[in-house]
Amino acid sequence: MPDDNSVSLAEPSYGVAGDPHPAHGSILYLDGVSVAFDGFKAINNLSLVLAPGELRTIIGPNGAGKTTMMDIVTGKTKPDKGDVLFDGGVDLTKLDETRIANLGIGRKFQKPTVFEHLTVFENLELALKCDRRTMRTLFFMLSREQARRIDEVVALIRLGDRLGSPAGALSHGQKQWLEIGMLLMQEPKLVLLDEPVAGMTDAETERTADLILEINQDRSVVVVEHDMEFVRRLGAKVTVLHEGSVLAEGSLETVQADQRVIEVYLGR
Amino acid sequence: MGPLTSRLLALESRRGWSVFMGLLVVAAGLVPVLHLATPPDSVFHVPAYMVSLLGKYLCYALLALSLDLVWGYAGALSLGHGAFFALGGYCMGMHLMRQIGTRGVYGNASLPDFMVFLNWKELPWYWWGFDNPVWTLLMVVAVPGLLAFVMGWFAFRSRINGVYFSIITQAMTFALMLAFFRNEMGFGGNNGLTDFKDVLGFPMQATGTRVGLYVASALLLAAGYLAARFIVSSKLGRVLMAIRDAESRVRFLGYDVTAAKLFVFTVSAVLAGLAGALYVPQVGIINPSEFSAANSIEVAIWVAVGGRGTLVGSILGAFTVNGAKSYFTGAAPEIWLFFLGGLFILVTLFMPKGLMGLAGQLKARIKKGGVPVAQNRNA
Repeated sequence: MPDDNSVSLAEPSYGVAGDPHPAHGSILYLDGVSVAFDGFKAINNLSLVLAPGELRTIIGPNGAGKTTMMDIVTGKTKPDKGDVLFDGGVDLTKLDETRIANLGIGRKFQKPTVFEHLTVFENLELALKCDRRTMRTLFFMLSREQARRIDEVVALIRLGDRLGSPAGALSHGQKQWLEIGMLLMQEPKLVLLDEPVAGMTDAETERTADLILEINQDRSVVVVEHDMEFVRRLGAKVTVLHEGSVLAEGSLETVQADQRVIEVYLGR
Repeated sequence: MGPLTSRLLALESRRGWSVFMGLLVVAAGLVPVLHLATPPDSVFHVPAYMVSLLGKYLCYALLALSLDLVWGYAGALSLGHGAFFALGGYCMGMHLMRQIGTRGVYGNASLPDFMVFLNWKELPWYWWGFDNPVWTLLMVVAVPGLLAFVMGWFAFRSRINGVYFSIITQAMTFALMLAFFRNEMGFGGNNGLTDFKDVLGFPMQATGTRVGLYVASALLLAAGYLAARFIVSSKLGRVLMAIRDAESRVRFLGYDVTAAKLFVFTVSAVLAGLAGALYVPQVGIINPSEFSAANSIEVAIWVAVGGRGTLVGSILGAFTVNGAKSYFTGAAPEIWLFFLGGLFILVTLFMPKGLMGLAGQLKARIKKGGVPVAQNRNA
């Protein structure tokens, strides 16, 4: 039970005594991470550093390991080797999904998974940052402050008139926004978004990009996306994944000009 | 008024409370009055056998309610709930056996008859304390609760879900049945525990005792219903429904899914055990057949027929199916099982929301072409 969220800091494994660990000052730090499923290397010696407040887009062809990378960060998959550190030193490989979520890492899945039988309000209420212990949840009562927080988020995701509707009755785009809203209710330090605009109309995509930029104002965001127009609109640093490791990193223009990237995307 | 009080009052709407109180007065008050105060030849007279029968149904209804809590809300279909019911029943049976005292066939004050028959010399340690009603009540709660806690701990921690959970719970009740059949277990083997003389000093067969047990069952069902309503209307209830719909998503939200399921499974087992404890004195016997796999499956049918995830539906289902069972096993015993099987198929195919969803279904049918969009959130 996640009664206690205190986590020991990872021991600095290298460097001269007194030198700060290379993860120091980062919000997310992956170094030499590998994971294999039945011999297939989904992630192969992956290294990636994200600064606090940074917005990062991750692109790459199918099977490049984008979703697996998110699974590793959120504790769904344990890496075979490598360091995964959060907030400068919390070892994520030793924690389960619940602990990691409570630590301040929120994730939006590829397929929108809102709770279809609960209303928009109830979905947001479940995501609200508060004591998650079972007995506390049984006797939970929404405070005025918390109700105001829900109102704020609802306004941001433009679902103010749908508070009482079951989430199952929302359109695809609205479900995606509701899920982003649920992420915001958790007040995470780091937000992971897996293909947030898949299946959206152009207008919805545009609106989502604005929403993500708004979210990024007070937290770090990692976006995995295929839609190049959307990536351009976010205007953030891009990491290209290929066969489980980083192929290129830089602005969208830089990576698009990279020969290896062009080969991976267009060649063969 | 404290915040908790206001939440308790908000468990039901004003109309809901009126219906609840109305049903409670009818069940706990009117039936006993009609039994005791009307002459036997009056059309309003409720005969003694009917009081016992209804008392039995009330216990079944509490059992169904307890299953609805885990199945209808948390989505874990336990096919072993009959075991918690039977364990509560056995605890009560042990107490009633100790109350017989020297009035048994062998007149042995310190040993129940079947132990004398087996040539046992002293009372096994696990029978100690059962002559005390308070200890018995404690055990009625603790034994099913503890078993559910331990089973649930292993099952939910290992993320055993869906049909695998159903099979494991089914295996549990089957294993217990085989164990309780053995004479060496010290629970009366095949014959179980019976020939009870009195309960809390009142003779078993007396009218007053029967009515008392009946009223206790009605009150317990009402209390169980309110407790279950409190859980499902809390935020934890919404967490459970969320677990039912998308378990891993709830984990990523930071809720302890294992703990939430464990809590509701344990509470549910305790309710089932209490139901069993009141059932035994009303039927006068408890034996290993209560652990049979078919019994637990039947409970799932009651809940499905009434409409799962509604609480009220499980009670309605228990009364409907058992009423039909009493009628058919009397009028045409050979077709009862066909009827039960047919009913289950019918409900599964045409009434996914059970009797509780019937009104909504009919309304949608009348509106013709109208698609019922999530009118019942507990689909």
